[in-house]
Amino acid sequence: MTSSASPSPDRAPSRGPDRAPSRGGPAGRRDSPRRVTGRLPWMLLVPAVLGLAFLVLPLAGLLVRAPWPTLLQRLAEPQVLQALRLSLVTASIATAVCLVLGVPLAWLLARVSFPGRRVVRALVTVPLVLPPVVGGVALLLLLGRRGLLGQWLESTFGLTLPFTSAGVVVAEAFVAMPFLVISVEGALRGADQRFEEAAATLGASRWTVFRRVTLPLIMPGIVAGAVLCWARALGEFGATITFAGNFPGTTQTMPLAVYLALETEPEAAIVLSLVLLAVSVIILASLRDRWVNTP
Amino acid sequence: MSRRLSRRALALPAALAIAVVLSGCGSGRPSASTASGSAAAGDGAKEVTVFAAASLTGTFTELGKAFEAAHPGTSVRFNFGSSATLAQQIVQGAPADVFAAASPATMKTVTDASLAGAPATFVRNKLQIAVPADNPAEVDEFEDLADARVKVALCAPQVPCGAAAVKALDAAGLKVTPVTLEQDVKATLTKVELGEVDAALVYRTDVIAAAGKVKGIAFPEADQAIHDYPIATLTEAPAGDLARRFVDLVLSRQGKDVLTKAGFETP
Repeated sequence: MTSSASPSPDRAPSRGPDRAPSRGGPAGRRDSPRRVTGRLPWMLLVPAVLGLAFLVLPLAGLLVRAPWPTLLQRLAEPQVLQALRLSLVTASIATAVCLVLGVPLAWLLARVSFPGRRVVRALVTVPLVLPPVVGGVALLLLLGRRGLLGQWLESTFGLTLPFTSAGVVVAEAFVAMPFLVISVEGALRGADQRFEEAAATLGASRWTVFRRVTLPLIMPGIVAGAVLCWARALGEFGATITFAGNFPGTTQTMPLAVYLALETEPEAAIVLSLVLLAVSVIILASLRDRWVNTP
Repeated sequence: MSRRLSRRALALPAALAIAVVLSGCGSGRPSASTASGSAAAGDGAKEVTVFAAASLTGTFTELGKAFEAAHPGTSVRFNFGSSATLAQQIVQGAPADVFAAASPATMKTVTDASLAGAPATFVRNKLQIAVPADNPAEVDEFEDLADARVKVALCAPQVPCGAAAVKALDAAGLKVTPVTLEQDVKATLTKVELGEVDAALVYRTDVIAAAGKVKGIAFPEADQAIHDYPIATLTEAPAGDLARRFVDLVLSRQGKDVLTKAGFETP
């Protein structure tokens, strides 16, 4: 991300006629004097505003209906903090797992051509279209006590994932990883491959090229993907409650607490939703400024 | 300039991320889409929209077909879901004709809002211990659930089957530490069917519906936690008289036969 770690594109000759504009590179931004100006086209502006309203107005509904006088009192309940802590911890670990597994997977899809790559790419997006509850059942069938792998895990290591916090991480990572992979793969495809080729001609191994050239180039894509992935993990409901169950302290994350509160106390559910929203907005906004918006 | 550009470019993932958090929250809720369209169109064709507890899915679908056969030209539409969710939908203005709830408390939400007539109890349901078909933990009585080696799933106390479980456990003076508190009775049963838990407390009707996959064990304390299913027509029922006739069918001899066959007890 920082320019010192990147392959110094600033020092690249900026006058060369064959120099393609590198996407997102500083030079690319510098030589764009013909900025598009003029009246905003209403054909874009109207749907844009409608789209924004569609996304934001339901939140306004939550805010209007929130039981403000009893808000603090409800927040002080130990179960709320417990669920919030569990949500933040599991979503963060799930994001770390997704980074470790997802970035190499995205690299494989973007940089290595192998038979069946299209099919593999489609398979990666399966958790996106699968109803999360079905995802949870699928995880049970694989990793449950009688699952294909789970059986062996239990008999060999005495390890069971369902009904544990580790199970929550597994469910969240399963559902959230496609967001990271798609985002990182997009960044890889958009990145100028000639930097990598140049490094290779100078004798760098594929691993070195990845570590020293590719990774810094696509860092904004990785961060954006990780943010999406974390957010998805934080809001995960269906796969978690199906695979990991619901028990306060070990597997009851905020969305699960919200759902159950809705059964008896809709007002408490609104409070919990607001907490989840506020925390995620604060973290996402601060992350963006800190990591993504460095000049 | 470049700073502003990047700020804008990155607002997108952040906004998307927020949307994603929200979408995740609601993904487990039953859809309300089936609630629409009770306003019937056409000549003589009439529709009754019935909101019913998820545990009534099988029996009410059957009764709906019987109703359509007995009243040619009519059709019955169902919205099955958690009773509490259905009650919320009705209070928020969903166009329903009949509400059949799995607990008097959820029905009270609707009657308190003066949206339903006097409810009638049409069936009772009772808990049973459900164990996987091979019963790996050799559970055969209620006390076995307190054994630390037995993995138990219960419904969350917020939902009717969980409230009944708490009542039954209290009546027996039994202290059980479940591994999970599921969001509804079907989810609880699924954990047994897949063998993830050794035992669970679910309704007798659910055990009968899953015959072959789970085994049911009756226990005496279940009598302390019998609970009533009330049914009522809604005061603003678009189907009017037809709604009342559907309730009559449920309360009739024929209705009772269908319901008792599924394991319900009739009052």
